[in-house]
Amino acid sequence: MINFEVENSAGNQELIEVPEGIDLSLMEVLKGSGYPILATCGGMALCATCRIEVISGEENLPEPQDNELDMLDTLPDAGPQTRLSCQIKIGENLNGLRFKFLAE
Amino acid sequence: MIIQTDICIIGAGPVGLFAVFEAGLLKMRCHLVDALPQIGGQLSEIYPKKPIYDIPGFPEILAHELVENLRKQIEPFTPSFTLGERVETLERLEGNSFRLTTSDKTEINAKVVVIAGGLGCFEPRKPEIQNLEMFEGKGVNYIVKDPELFRDKRIMIAGGGDSALDWTIYLSNIAKEITLVHRNESFRGAPDSAEKVVELAKEGRINLLLSTNLDSLKGNGVLASVSVTDKNKTVHEIEVDNLIPLFGLSPKLGPLADWGLNIDKSAIEVNTKDYSTNIPGVYAIGDINTYEGKLKLILCGFHEGAIMMQSAFRHVYPEQKLSFKYTTVNGVNAF
Repeated sequence: MINFEVENSAGNQELIEVPEGIDLSLMEVLKGSGYPILATCGGMALCATCRIEVISGEENLPEPQDNELDMLDTLPDAGPQTRLSCQIKIGENLNGLRFKFLAE
Repeated sequence: MIIQTDICIIGAGPVGLFAVFEAGLLKMRCHLVDALPQIGGQLSEIYPKKPIYDIPGFPEILAHELVENLRKQIEPFTPSFTLGERVETLERLEGNSFRLTTSDKTEINAKVVVIAGGLGCFEPRKPEIQNLEMFEGKGVNYIVKDPELFRDKRIMIAGGGDSALDWTIYLSNIAKEITLVHRNESFRGAPDSAEKVVELAKEGRINLLLSTNLDSLKGNGVLASVSVTDKNKTVHEIEVDNLIPLFGLSPKLGPLADWGLNIDKSAIEVNTKDYSTNIPGVYAIGDINTYEGKLKLILCGFHEGAIMMQSAFRHVYPEQKLSFKYTTVNGVNAF
């Protein structure tokens, strides 16, 4: 199982557990877990409604690619820890990741 | 100006456009309203160059091509459009018709209203600055509708995307003074535009502030200055007449949330018999509706439009009996 921790907009921490080997993005898992993500663009890194703020564990995440960086660059409030969850594939590297959910 | 039509369709995305075709086959005229300045909705605004693979009959089609094809397909039924305006209010009139009013006070009278609003209206993404709303329309503008409004003014543009770069270049010939504020060290927008902006800064024609964030606004009723923070956390106060934050668009449900429709999680509840809402004569199709088993797919929205128009016919022609005809038998009879 892969475990990671989400801090919701109310400031509460929730542990999410996903089985290994599922071919989903973090956005899809968060949406499936009931987080109010619009995901307007369906995972194309074009709407930024799935953005998260990583608290710890970012060193295990793959570096953002051009399309994600392009989108992040246009946002008013994106910092170095901001990522688009639709661009992060679920994998064992997410074990122990902690992040804040930024609802729009 | 008052527009008279059989059916007013809110939202000119693929589903709203195709609904015009289905209405046209039943001899019903349509008027479309969209908050965006062009037709196509998300397909034009968010992903015009992306291929779509699940439109029946098209193994692969680019989003903007699908919009163009739909435009052609509905041409025989001469729909009219109000673009760049948002529908604000919906009132029921006597004799079972509706009056809709837009943000620019355009009035539309229709016998049937179809909400094909996708995920809602695309509204400018706003930076989190205190008092920002206080200065909206009083120095803070999120879109450049008429560049002439900025002639000989001191302007600050914030953002690093293509629209921030393009407007900085364009307004550098119009405004008295331009400051471009960008959070990062460099631009990821179109390289040509980025180069041009850097050049303008070197020539001293614009003031370029990189690695800088918006901090706060000041003014007595109207905007007078914007404070920004540089990477050393030093605050600089810059006197401006206008601040134009350009951080892209994000979808919001908008005014229709207050029209008395049954809404569940930002979507309109409909009866799957005919995609009617709880208000008789008002229908909702495409991504904006919800029902058990709903799939947010363009092709499902097309289906919903076809079914829905059969039901709308009873409102538009209450005295007539509807007979179903195939286009292969009857063709497409233009208005």
